[in-house]
Amino acid sequence: MLFELRDVSLARDGRQVLESVSAEIPAGATAVVGPSGSGKSTLLRLLNRLADPDGGAISHDGRPLGSYDPLELRREVSLVPQLPALIPGTVEANLEFAAGLADREPDTARCLELAGLDAGFAGRDVGRLSVGEQQRAMLARALAQRPEVLLLDEPTSALDEAARDAVEQTLAELQRRLELSLVIVSHDPAQARRLGEQVIRLEAGRVRECGPVEEVLG
Amino acid sequence: MSSSIDVSLGEVAASIVLLALAAAISFWRDADLERDIGIALVRSFVQLTAIGFAIEAIFDADTLLLVVALLVVMVVFGAFTARARARRVPGALGPLLVALSLAGLTTLGLVVALGIFEPEARYLVPVGGMVIGNAMTASAVALNRLGDEMADGRARIEATLALGATSREAAAPIVRRSLRSGMIALVDSTKTTGLIFFPGTMVGMLLAGADPVDAVRLQLILLYALLGSVAIAGLVATTLAYRNFFTPAHQLREPGPGGG
Repeated sequence: MLFELRDVSLARDGRQVLESVSAEIPAGATAVVGPSGSGKSTLLRLLNRLADPDGGAISHDGRPLGSYDPLELRREVSLVPQLPALIPGTVEANLEFAAGLADREPDTARCLELAGLDAGFAGRDVGRLSVGEQQRAMLARALAQRPEVLLLDEPTSALDEAARDAVEQTLAELQRRLELSLVIVSHDPAQARRLGEQVIRLEAGRVRECGPVEEVLG
Repeated sequence: MSSSIDVSLGEVAASIVLLALAAAISFWRDADLERDIGIALVRSFVQLTAIGFAIEAIFDADTLLLVVALLVVMVVFGAFTARARARRVPGALGPLLVALSLAGLTTLGLVVALGIFEPEARYLVPVGGMVIGNAMTASAVALNRLGDEMADGRARIEATLALGATSREAAAPIVRRSLRSGMIALVDSTKTTGLIFFPGTMVGMLLAGADPVDAVRLQLILLYALLGSVAIAGLVATTLAYRNFFTPAHQLREPGPGGG
């Protein structure tokens, strides 16, 4: 099992964000859906130890998540946040930085192509990119580390319909070409239907349903 | 360097005319600083008079133990004062205490070791006061910037951590800018010294009747010592304080209510 969560709880500022969350996330594509504030993004952050739960246990490939070196884990299980947050400079500098952290040789042109950007973007200043282009540059940056799992937090929330379709196509393509596992947070059940094989539906920090997409979302 | 002048209390009282002018300007232009000017008047008089007597006693006793005790008091007060400017930095007091102590110790140690000053109270007290005062200002500015940037830049820092960067790598640009902002004021004033303003030590010595060349040389020594001390204080304060924003697992801590 890619990830297994047992009775996971997390509170912030006196508010219970996740409560007794138990779920299995197999290899492939899993969508985490639910309304705003249901704990989706927090759940995603737990999977690469950007945060640790207050209670319960999470394992990755059968090994407790706490036993992983958080830095190595994050290079294998890469999280692309909802809002683009690139390092000031060029797109290429961002990809080189990420690749360097994972001790990889940067393959900028290929990563850009995989993320749906042409090679000309390498020298572009990130401050001059549109939000959609920044989202793709974030994706390319994560791919520069050659992760095994991509955690995507609302990857199309800031995009119009055409750009959203293009990113979804890119993600499907990525999964097929690189055999990457994806965990995608989305507030949109329709997107979960298009991208996910498995679905976890959260509500007020609790798992309401969990299983194959056709069973949970119909 | 041994000249002295007598200043009577009447002369000090006369200079209050200029303070009254400042209060009048504040009142006239609605700057709302009259109360603060009043507090500044009372505090500066009481504090400087008290420290004047304390220094006199230390000079008379001529023992290094009392010098060290006075410098420790300055470091503690300086750290508490600087912490008020660094409210958004969790646990700022510890880094500030270490930063001011190291800045004072290193700078005074060096000027004595290099033979610039004798290890005597009459040198160590005034130089130590200037060093710690400037180190306090620099580290307060640096940590103020650090707190603001860490709060405003959470998304970018966490996105960098998400790639497997260490907390040090994720915070490096902010730490660099914070250190720079702590040092820049003194670097700039050192560049313009003698052209746009005369620094205090030199003015004091000239007023006391010292030879201008001596006054300039002493001022240069102090300026260079101060630059060294603000660099040390800024470096130590930012290097220690940024860690308080992260957990040992390189996670960004949730922002708390602040305060050290």
